[in-house]
Amino acid sequence: MDVIFAVTVGTFFAVGFYLMLSRHIIRILLGIAIFGNAVNLTIFTAGRITRLSPPIIPLDMDVLPSGTANPLPQALILTAIVISFSFFAFLLVLAFRTYQELGTDDTDEMRVAEPKEEDLPPLGY
Amino acid sequence: MAIEPGSVDLSAALVLEPTPLADWNIVAPVMIPIVIGAVLLMIRHETRFHAGLAIAALLGTLFCNIGLLARVLDNGPLTMTMGRWLPPFGISFTADALGASMALAATLAALVCALYSVSDIDNPRRRYGFYGFLMLMMAGVNGAFITGDIFNLYVWFEVFLISSFGLLILGSERPQLDGATKYAILNLLGTTLFLTATAMLYGAVGTLNMADIARKMPQLQAAIPAGTLATLFLFAFAMKAAAFPVNFWLPASYHTPRIATAALFGGVLTKIGIYALLRTFGMLMPDQLGLLSTTIAWIAAATMIIGIMGALAQTDLRRILGFVVISGVGVMMAGLSLGTVEGFTGAIFYAFHSILVMTALYLLAGVMNGLGGSYSLRSLSGLYASNPLIAVFAFLLLLAASGLPPASGLWPKVILIRAAIDSGSPWLAFSILLTGLLTMLVLGRVFLLTVWRPRVEPTENTIIASPMLGYSALLLLSLPVLLMGVYPDPFIEVASQAANTLKNPSSYIGSVFPEAALR
Repeated sequence: MDVIFAVTVGTFFAVGFYLMLSRHIIRILLGIAIFGNAVNLTIFTAGRITRLSPPIIPLDMDVLPSGTANPLPQALILTAIVISFSFFAFLLVLAFRTYQELGTDDTDEMRVAEPKEEDLPPLGY
Repeated sequence: MAIEPGSVDLSAALVLEPTPLADWNIVAPVMIPIVIGAVLLMIRHETRFHAGLAIAALLGTLFCNIGLLARVLDNGPLTMTMGRWLPPFGISFTADALGASMALAATLAALVCALYSVSDIDNPRRRYGFYGFLMLMMAGVNGAFITGDIFNLYVWFEVFLISSFGLLILGSERPQLDGATKYAILNLLGTTLFLTATAMLYGAVGTLNMADIARKMPQLQAAIPAGTLATLFLFAFAMKAAAFPVNFWLPASYHTPRIATAALFGGVLTKIGIYALLRTFGMLMPDQLGLLSTTIAWIAAATMIIGIMGALAQTDLRRILGFVVISGVGVMMAGLSLGTVEGFTGAIFYAFHSILVMTALYLLAGVMNGLGGSYSLRSLSGLYASNPLIAVFAFLLLLAASGLPPASGLWPKVILIRAAIDSGSPWLAFSILLTGLLTMLVLGRVFLLTVWRPRVEPTENTIIASPMLGYSALLLLSLPVLLMGVYPDPFIEVASQAANTLKNPSSYIGSVFPEAALR
């Protein structure tokens, strides 16, 4: 089970990073979405995948016996999903507004904030 | 099978004794900005109340921070665990000298920016929630400094990040949208990498509480891929701190928003990356810091020198300052790379100095623009003839940023240079000195061209009626900057206590797990 997840996570990371290498904002955003899910699966896998024994503490013990299923990664992933989803929504709107204003989604052409031919500072007066 | 009340020993799971009233102060620096931020969002249209409410709330937060720092300096680290679940199961807030002092400096910077913003932020921007974003961002910043749980640290990172997006794009001008796109994507990538590293760390160590990690790391590190984890953390936090070569989002975006926003970003946000680096490497993974120290030292030297060379090539005052921020990050990373108490002390003291001075420099640029009508070194000129007072602030901040007496930059650099020579890396000391020289060149040229040069264009363009608000904001920051220069002892004391807690976290661990301290 762990091996399948590890390979899936690896593939997700590879696809995400490949898309992020693009010059086009929309492909970068898709890469970020896949990257976020790769991280969520990483948390899931890192927190031990098993369902053999449920996470219930026996009466005579203070902590979970080892080898039980781990409920914590799901809480972490839930937080991470909410955050990455809201950020993705914000980024989509931001990218669309930028495309409307700048007329391009090619990062090489997006030079409004950092113009190419900027005057050098004066050398004296 | 029912369990009778009273038959279960609750003390095995819960902190039973009530939190002392004074310890509630630990959550105050987060709670006040969050509550007031929510109120400000609710009264979004009543813009006349916004500035006063935000300033009052930040003032309250500042006093809570002062109280917290004073208590931490007297009693050592303080812990409050949410829901009273025994740590490591509940999320702990642990204030130590490092977190409390950084939160104090950041809140002071935010307060001054809020004062300055009264004249800088117009009504539409208020209606779109400038002050709400500001308060929520400060909640995130203070939360990041005070939390004692590494996943919670990630959450606070996201809280201040999303608020900073809001602040950055208020106004939706074309350069802002361009800058914000790069800022948002690269910072989101950085925090997601931080989350990846946290996930792996949790998988390896099985806990997220930082005191618990610090406690378990020495036994576990041989069995887990600790070096890989440390490298991931380094990459993620270096990106947040804008260290070379992952710094290009900063000069692309920091000059685009209003100056009150830029000042707060330039002063505070990169230092959270530095704080996180100090926390993870100084306290959680000291051995991995030794492993990576040469890499970090090279990154530090490259960051400070390439940063300041970038500043030499710029014409826009705000873009110059963006590059000066980057070179300061390099100086702090140099302190981190040394891995000694002295190195940490220098880095932490430099962080206090940098928060105040960079905020002040951005505000100075704003006042200069108000008086001279431009940010460009080509046209901004003749300020000494029209407003001699601005020259005083400009000169003091020039001295502070280049590390010359009597201002604040001198002592952290003295500590760092001595620490670098003591740990046998004189080349690192040399690069700090070279950066100081280049900073003086950069800011000296700014001073020469804007203050001393006779006015190059006729004076008709925008002259603001009264720069008094800007002057008082600058005064509020210049006083501590001057104090740090002429009477550095208390600041060095705080920084060295913070560094000692990082290097030897037994008091931090003892505050989270009292039974471990007794044993």
